[in-house]
Amino acid sequence: MTVGKDVSALFPDVVNCMQTDNLELKKLVYLYLMNYAKSQPDMAIMAVNTFVKDCEDPNPLIRALAVRTMGCIRVDKITEYLCEPLRKCLKDEDPYVRKTAAVCVAKLHDINAQLVEDQGFLDTLKDLISDSNPMVVANAVAALSEIAESHPSSNLLDLNPQSINKLLTALNECTEWGQIFILDCLASYTPKDDREAQSICERVTPRLSHANSAVVLSAVKVLMKFMEMLSKDLDYYGTLLKKLAPPLVTLLSAEPELQYVALRNINLIVQKRPEILKHEMKVFFVKYNDPIYVKLEKLDIMIRLASQANIAQVLAELKEYATEVDVDFVRKAVRAIGRCAIKVEQSAERCVSTLLDLIQTKVNYVVQEAIVVIKDIFRKYPNKYESVIATLCENLDSLDEPEARAAMIWIVGEYAERIDNADELLESFLEGFHDESTQVQLQLLTAIVKLFLKKPTETQELVQQVLSLATQDSDNPDLRDRGYIYWRLLSTDPVAAKEVVLAEKPLISEETDLIEPTLLDELICYIGTLASVYHKPPSAFVEGGRGVVHKSLPPRTASSESTESPETAPAGAPPGEQLDVVPTQGDLLGDLLNLDLGPPVSGPPLATSAVQIGAVDLLGGGLDSLMGDEPEGIGAPNFVAPPAAAVPASLGAPMGSGLSDLFDLTSGVGTLSGSYVAPKAVWLPAMKAKGLEISGTFTRQAGSISMDLQLTNKALQVMTDFAIQFNRNSFGLAPAAPLQVHAPLSPTQTVEISLPLSTAGSVMKTEPLNNLQVAVKNNIDVFYFSTLYPLHILFVEDGKMDRQMFLATWKDIPNENEAQFQIRDCPLNAEAVSSRLQGSSIFTVARRNVEGQDMLYQSLRLTNGIWVLAELRIQPGNPSFTLSLKCRAPEVSQHVYQAYETILKN
Amino acid sequence: MIHSLFLINSSGDIFLEKHWKSVVSRSVCDYFFEAQERATEAENVPPVIPTPHHYLLSVYRHKIFFVAVIQTEVPPLFVIEFLHRVVDTFQDYFGVCSEPVIKDNVVVVYEVLEEMLDNGFPLATESNILKELIKPPTILRTVVNTITGSTNVGDQLPTGQLSVVPWRRTGVKYTNNEAYFDVIEEIDAIIDKSGSTITAEIQGVIDACVKLTGMPDLTLSFMNPRLLDDVSFHPCVRFKRWESERILSFIPPDGNFRLLSYHVSAQNLVAIPVYVKHNISFRDSSSLGRFEITVGPKQTMGKTIEGVTVASQMPRGVLNMSLTPSQGTHTFDPVTKMLSWDVGKINPQKLPSLKGTMSLQAGASKPDENPTINLQFKIQQLAISGLKVNRLDMYGEKYKPFKGIKYMTKAGKFQVRT
Repeated sequence: MTVGKDVSALFPDVVNCMQTDNLELKKLVYLYLMNYAKSQPDMAIMAVNTFVKDCEDPNPLIRALAVRTMGCIRVDKITEYLCEPLRKCLKDEDPYVRKTAAVCVAKLHDINAQLVEDQGFLDTLKDLISDSNPMVVANAVAALSEIAESHPSSNLLDLNPQSINKLLTALNECTEWGQIFILDCLASYTPKDDREAQSICERVTPRLSHANSAVVLSAVKVLMKFMEMLSKDLDYYGTLLKKLAPPLVTLLSAEPELQYVALRNINLIVQKRPEILKHEMKVFFVKYNDPIYVKLEKLDIMIRLASQANIAQVLAELKEYATEVDVDFVRKAVRAIGRCAIKVEQSAERCVSTLLDLIQTKVNYVVQEAIVVIKDIFRKYPNKYESVIATLCENLDSLDEPEARAAMIWIVGEYAERIDNADELLESFLEGFHDESTQVQLQLLTAIVKLFLKKPTETQELVQQVLSLATQDSDNPDLRDRGYIYWRLLSTDPVAAKEVVLAEKPLISEETDLIEPTLLDELICYIGTLASVYHKPPSAFVEGGRGVVHKSLPPRTASSESTESPETAPAGAPPGEQLDVVPTQGDLLGDLLNLDLGPPVSGPPLATSAVQIGAVDLLGGGLDSLMGDEPEGIGAPNFVAPPAAAVPASLGAPMGSGLSDLFDLTSGVGTLSGSYVAPKAVWLPAMKAKGLEISGTFTRQAGSISMDLQLTNKALQVMTDFAIQFNRNSFGLAPAAPLQVHAPLSPTQTVEISLPLSTAGSVMKTEPLNNLQVAVKNNIDVFYFSTLYPLHILFVEDGKMDRQMFLATWKDIPNENEAQFQIRDCPLNAEAVSSRLQGSSIFTVARRNVEGQDMLYQSLRLTNGIWVLAELRIQPGNPSFTLSLKCRAPEVSQHVYQAYETILKN
Repeated sequence: MIHSLFLINSSGDIFLEKHWKSVVSRSVCDYFFEAQERATEAENVPPVIPTPHHYLLSVYRHKIFFVAVIQTEVPPLFVIEFLHRVVDTFQDYFGVCSEPVIKDNVVVVYEVLEEMLDNGFPLATESNILKELIKPPTILRTVVNTITGSTNVGDQLPTGQLSVVPWRRTGVKYTNNEAYFDVIEEIDAIIDKSGSTITAEIQGVIDACVKLTGMPDLTLSFMNPRLLDDVSFHPCVRFKRWESERILSFIPPDGNFRLLSYHVSAQNLVAIPVYVKHNISFRDSSSLGRFEITVGPKQTMGKTIEGVTVASQMPRGVLNMSLTPSQGTHTFDPVTKMLSWDVGKINPQKLPSLKGTMSLQAGASKPDENPTINLQFKIQQLAISGLKVNRLDMYGEKYKPFKGIKYMTKAGKFQVRT
């Protein structure tokens, strides 16, 4: 206002003008104070008197103005003087003053939260929710929401049916802005049953016809959230669905900025409930003078709404867009055509021909984009549209973007047998190998290997060239590793190589960019907020994580009979198509996965053979079988061994030395059964494993150990081909049988599996000792997690030592191996302890009573033969026990102690 | 809530800033300038821009960016709606909203902004209330104020603000009591090459100018209310009554306001009143292209089409155009490649046309994109959806008001692809 000039020097003079009767002058002085009080805190005190006086002025306008201005002066000394006037104003007879004071509490809280709590302003503010004036209610709600945002735990807005009722009444009468605050507040309430949800919905629906788009969107949020609780059989549910469409469409005729926010939200709504807008495709058609940000969003929604019914229209539109000027938009349009092809199977043919038309335009970026999407179409519909490859190859030279080049190379490699000059094409790419981006290099490597496996005779040189380029001349570890893998595969077992590299690829699914259902549900609760614009939960971008409360949709609680199965994944394909489907975003080389984990896992991995290969015979007879009936002279490829350093020499070699004494295996004689079983814990959250959630626990029953797993599919596609493998661990735990998941795991389904374990696996000391690293594979990817197993699953059932033996061993073990622990808060007596421990194969050898204390002498043996001796001292009436452990391998003591703790306390 | 507001002109200068909470440094706008640079045109600047500590939400109107700064999770629509309301208020106060006008009235602007928001919460956004608090500047008032020492700032609490009808002041008095309603419909349409309609929808509004004494209670009924299935109302409309009887019942605000807006998208209800015949060809061989368009009436219900203008963005390869219109005037800007043709009225007997040649860049290949034609037109005395007001009644007051209803149809975003 001062045009950037600092006028703080005038402070005393301006403050002198404060006690004027001229309202405009007063306002201007107040404005000045707000700006400069902070720079002159001492002088600002001079103003306090006038403020306090003004707060008692007969004119409510002046009272409100004073309390409002005081709140804006962010000087600590002033805030102290503010409390009394504020308290008065909160109870003022004039609602205008009360509503201003409500906001002032929020201001004060921002400056000094403690003060507000100490002065009890929060309670007064809560009382204002029941105020008779709707404006006051709205402002109180707004102020409380703002305060609650900075104190997520404080539970300021404890909503109950009564307060909700008050809010709903105020909703009809307050201003548009107040309605927004109230609706946002309503959205955070969870009704107790579907009746209540419905009655709230009924009272909120009129807001959908409001002229203010923010009110409309907030109302949509409330409805979308509460709808979740309504049974789908209700008539009301259908009515509500119908009512939601028109206001959303109307939002799109507003100013472009509003459209943008609306479109981002519609994107979410369409994913959650596609039925709302399925007939409204046309409103998302792009006008050529829409701002680019609106165009891109509309395109996204068009694809989501595309279905067999409207695909012809959509394609015609997309083709039109592909000839527009804006490059980004054109690219996205071309990509959209590809997505339509993948989504609506019946349209695939038309899409491909449309793409071919576009390639004929020879516009560089259109061609490149088209090739990228055609690659995806090939993956979805293999062996169907290969006739177009010739056209694609014509455009090879014009490709200059890595993604398009990689796509083209993939196509050439994949269909090498049908392209006569595939080797020439790939060779031409190879010339500038080092200038290519990593993406292209990797793709080229794989493509040439594929080509070699398909046409071994003509392409030996090529494959050697690319392997040496990748392994010797490249600095990129990914490329080198992949090069070595192929090299080794080709040299050891070309038949296996063929199986691996040319394995049948899983189909890709149509909804590659759908938001994960759990995230989507969270975002639905944030409709109309920044989170919905970014499609990220607030925790991902709100500063410092403050004010982050995870919201979730309410479960469907039916008071009536309806017990419907939970919402299935939105916009999914017809059930028939869902088999064997993987999202495209993963690495194209999904076929490499098999290298990590063969589905049936047995004993120690590929160990020794690898070491031998390094030496001499690189090419077993295996390759000959590949060559088939070729004359011998040609079919003698000449591989050079890769540098020895790269040979993973330690692979699989058992760690014999240090822990060999751990090895003495004696299988237990199952006498007792059922040691303590911990409840299942989540080991692998769905977030980390593309939707696969694993929880589990370990059990030991009748001498056999097993791992009880619970697999839950939280992704959108079906999961198949499960396999599991353990890393080497301290006690040689390994799966005794492959992971048997009989049927494919469809979305939201859960299976329980008990995986028997043996202790015959290879041994490596882990840190901590009971750490187990597990890899689980499915058709999507390989996931890793680690878990700690309780040691008592390793206690064998014949671990009872003879008394004499016990004494001798106790003495024999040096004292420095003794460890002492306290077991606290255990209310059991000696007998109970003894019998409970026996259940988990800890045997009481002897019992003595020394000076009123019970001494239990116990023994146990681990699967690998280690004996652990224990002395447990129990004082009657004292819940703390003392446990002394003696063992030749003292590192296990700590874990045995933990086992005691778990057994005794559960 | 809304922290601060920056007003930025098209050359990138911040010419006004207002903070409702603590001061946010101007440097936060650097992120905005970055985005502005990236977007080729001012219209394409994204409305939501994240920065490390704040979010910038902007609207672009009257060649001014209104940039709001927020720090916490606030509904972005709320902010954008509010910004539009600020612009509307400025326009209401000063007639136009432009940089020089805002600079001239900087004191009033600050007073108004202060009144509209408190600590980021909207306080008074209804123009009726604002005008009672801060009177709009007029020359007469300025003179009177200088002489008498009185001010622009009202010292009474606006009466309407806390009543159940916050949009209306009490004690309104007029000698001529009148209520006028304008039914204005805009057609948004996309017509494809062959002349068939791809999408068409009508955005309608009923704007009112009501100057009635006292507290009148009006009801407005339609001949065919079924048309209105997607409506947004001014807060004064009683929604229950509409739901049950399809009658608009309301106590009107004083002066000009938008009573309702509606949306008709059912394809069969949207008549397309004009057609465009076009023949635009870029020849490959020579550096000349042919250009010919004709505009004619279609489904106009016997009304004349007026104020027709045609605008089209020609491809970059077009150097110049030499055209002859059968009526009206045309211009072609060789820099922006914008062709516009002011047609005027369409005479059905003699259809207006624009013919001629385009000179293309020599040697360049045929342009990839086809120009899209943007059409503007007006039809008086017709609501193209067929909406008709049945009657207007007044209750609660004794006098007889003068009533009037006007219909008009306009082109909204009316595009013809070639």
